[in-house]
Amino acid sequence: MKLSNRWPILVLVLLVAASAFPFYWALVGSLTPEARLFENPSLFPTHPILDHYRALFTERAFWLPIRNSLIVAGATTALCVTLGAFCAYALARLQFPGKTALLGFILAVGMFPQISVVSPLYLLLRSLHLINTYPGLVLPYLTFAMPLTVWLMVGFFRQLPAELEEAAMVDGASRLRAFREVIVPLALPGIATTAILTFVYSWNEFLFALSFTLGPERQTVPVAIALFRGQYQVPWGQILAAAVIATAPVTLLVLAFQRRIVQGLTAGAVKG
Amino acid sequence: MKGSGLPAADRLQGFERQEARIAWRLVLPAVLTILLVALFPLLWTVWESLHLHDLRMPWLGKPFIGLDNYIEALQDPRFWSALGHTLFFAATSVSLELLLGLVLALALNRTFRGRGVVRAAVLIPWAIPTVVSALLWRFMFEGQHGIINRGLLQMGPVDQPIIWFIDPHAAWVPIILADVWKTTPFVALLLLAGLQNIEASLYEAARIDGASAWRQFRHVTFPLLRPAILVALIFRTLDAFRVFDLVYALTGGGPGTSTEPIALYTFNTLLQNLQFGYGSALSVIVFLLTFSLALVYIRVLGAELTGSKR
Amino acid sequence: MASVRLEDVGKVYPNGHVAARSLELDIHDGEFMVLVGPSGCGKSTALRMIAGLESPTSGRILIGERDVTALGPQDRDIAMVFQTYALYPHMTVRDNLAFGLRMRGVGREVIDHRVVEAARALSLEPVLSRKPAQLSGGQRQRVALGRAIVREPKVFLFDEPLSNLDAKLRVETRAELARLHRRLAATVVYVTHDQEEAMTLGSRVAVMLDGVIQQVAPPMELYRLPANQFVAGFVGSPAMNFLPRKEVPPTLSPHAAILGVRPHDIEIVTAGSGDESAWVELVESRGSEKLVYLCLRGNNQGPAIRVVAPPETPVEPERMVGLRFAQEKLHWFDEQGQRVG
Repeated sequence: MKLSNRWPILVLVLLVAASAFPFYWALVGSLTPEARLFENPSLFPTHPILDHYRALFTERAFWLPIRNSLIVAGATTALCVTLGAFCAYALARLQFPGKTALLGFILAVGMFPQISVVSPLYLLLRSLHLINTYPGLVLPYLTFAMPLTVWLMVGFFRQLPAELEEAAMVDGASRLRAFREVIVPLALPGIATTAILTFVYSWNEFLFALSFTLGPERQTVPVAIALFRGQYQVPWGQILAAAVIATAPVTLLVLAFQRRIVQGLTAGAVKG
Repeated sequence: MKGSGLPAADRLQGFERQEARIAWRLVLPAVLTILLVALFPLLWTVWESLHLHDLRMPWLGKPFIGLDNYIEALQDPRFWSALGHTLFFAATSVSLELLLGLVLALALNRTFRGRGVVRAAVLIPWAIPTVVSALLWRFMFEGQHGIINRGLLQMGPVDQPIIWFIDPHAAWVPIILADVWKTTPFVALLLLAGLQNIEASLYEAARIDGASAWRQFRHVTFPLLRPAILVALIFRTLDAFRVFDLVYALTGGGPGTSTEPIALYTFNTLLQNLQFGYGSALSVIVFLLTFSLALVYIRVLGAELTGSKR
Repeated sequence: MASVRLEDVGKVYPNGHVAARSLELDIHDGEFMVLVGPSGCGKSTALRMIAGLESPTSGRILIGERDVTALGPQDRDIAMVFQTYALYPHMTVRDNLAFGLRMRGVGREVIDHRVVEAARALSLEPVLSRKPAQLSGGQRQRVALGRAIVREPKVFLFDEPLSNLDAKLRVETRAELARLHRRLAATVVYVTHDQEEAMTLGSRVAVMLDGVIQQVAPPMELYRLPANQFVAGFVGSPAMNFLPRKEVPPTLSPHAAILGVRPHDIEIVTAGSGDESAWVELVESRGSEKLVYLCLRGNNQGPAIRVVAPPETPVEPERMVGLRFAQEKLHWFDEQGQRVG
């Protein structure tokens, strides 16, 4: 009797521990001297040092990838949410021929394997002299983040009662004015969620960043970290320190907005 | 009924036509971007796949060779291994994720204090870059003295440390574990939303009818959860088929090519071996596989949704 | 204020569904026109076409002699009260009321003046700075009303505004609406599925079924001279009884086949006398009257019939009684349901 009531708690404790352990272990590692990393691992750092973190910024200029990621993810999010909002509104509320086909098309693009477009995109960007530039990343990111954005926002717009816009139009507002004055303020939570999810997606993207950047000037955080490995001796201390830093902003976002994120993920998916 | 001869017939659609015009203007920027950056490159890839194009041997030019690249792929053992790896990875990780996700969702379905924090905690693995999670797991499985080996040695099942990344079979363990660790939260969330859509009154009726917890699950929860499970299945399988980041950072496809999934093989062919023609053929194959899988799922899910909606 | 006219208005949806067929309606300036009918009859569609929220696929709509068929709702100078009120949740009551005037670019002083006036008329002054979520159902209804009044439009449109209120509030608000109409002398088009609302509020009522207007007339005329069986059965509660008859009085057209008589127009008399005999199945005492369910000619031997009798009538279940029909209140219909006498 008691076990059957308690099992959820057990499960949760186990799963939370399992979720957290790799991070914790990385954190411990990042504070441990390189020589001792594999010697005698203990669950608590005995003599924590900050050398690895220092080295990240003095030897590797790690602030560069951080800056790049912020710019690219930020720009992608801003553009994606704006363009996507208009697109999503039209899809959610307006009647026009080809609407279902368009929605299907946008969703289909979201299912593209990115690998299938990497080479032509590379050549396209190269001909536009956009390799190793910010626009060179933002443009592909836009395309593949857009389906997600549109999908989410169509869901959020549809949740608002259609009568609100109708009332606004009867009151004298044009479609676009009704969108601006009535829909956007009410959909703001949904739009915020979409922005968060788009940001997370852009921050984490790897394949395009790997293929379309050439050096530390424009590489994003995931690429920079992955390429640490290209050394004779893998600098685990620094890698772990970089991992901790890379995880920090996303962790904060998730902790702060977990309810919104969950809402966004599930509203888009389950409602179908 | 349209244009029934009245003079107002062509004016009738005026207001709605205006709306359609506004709609297209709103939609156009997004559509153009997508066309330019997604559709056009895809078509280009298809075109490229029909040619011989090896950037290491530019003197050969770019002759049209029809389906030769595809035939070569079908005879390429490395291609078939890669495909096999992908299927194995997809099947294993998705099943584990569904199972664990279901357990997690059921556990999270109760309201309790701190639920938000717990949800956030399990969500973080999903939110970090895949390559970072790959490195975290690499660290744990690395060498003789990684924490996993230490734990196994101490708790007994083995008396010698396993060098995970040297063994073509053992190397899959960290890969699958890392993927399960990272994406189970997402699956759990999808299933949780599905669970929360099931009305409490159904459980109450079942309890009154004398159903045990297991039977409640089998006859109430599971059937009503099917749409959510299918959605999770679709998303996860499609993602698993496209796996790249994780393997690149965890094993690089190694040892040798024994953990190389199809996306990584394509990437290596294109951007390391510079075989654009052949690599494009591989790309197209990946695309077709993913696409047909998506179609199958959508058909099934569509039937499921319309069936269960009455 | 203005008149509203529908000329041969039809609406067919892309999936083939016909929501409205050749509607002809002439609403006079200052009139309270009610569109009533069962759900799916097309009344809401007709209202939305007048509002401009949907376009007719054929025909014209004129407001105040101006052809507005191709115009959007913004340009028609109409106001609408929705079934769910559609108040802007993120704005205060004051901003809700002011929204329409703001959209038209009316000056601040005018807006403030009209808003305060409307608030006073509807007892909304104490809640001007609240948001809709903090209001009661009745208050929300009044804000929706106020939003329409403040605009001083040519026509008021109401889409089942009372259906979300509880019964008592519904009756009170009904009276309010009637008073408001008299005071504003406004042209009102009002949609409801409740025939009682239609009968009490409308100066004329249009009964609709399956996208076709069955009859347009003042309420009493609908009650006394229904044009067909549907209208006869729809208006008046409890509904009219319909009895198929083989023999008809010779003064009538030979097509007459169905006799209609209202429960109020039948008297219960002692068994054996009257025009018909019937078996009493059930008696419901309602205090002010008795509702009697009977079966013509005997238990399970004829069509069911209902009678409303004065409360002191002696009537018991499981007995035979006699029924006398008020001869001047009989309605006759042919086999297609059209009135013949």
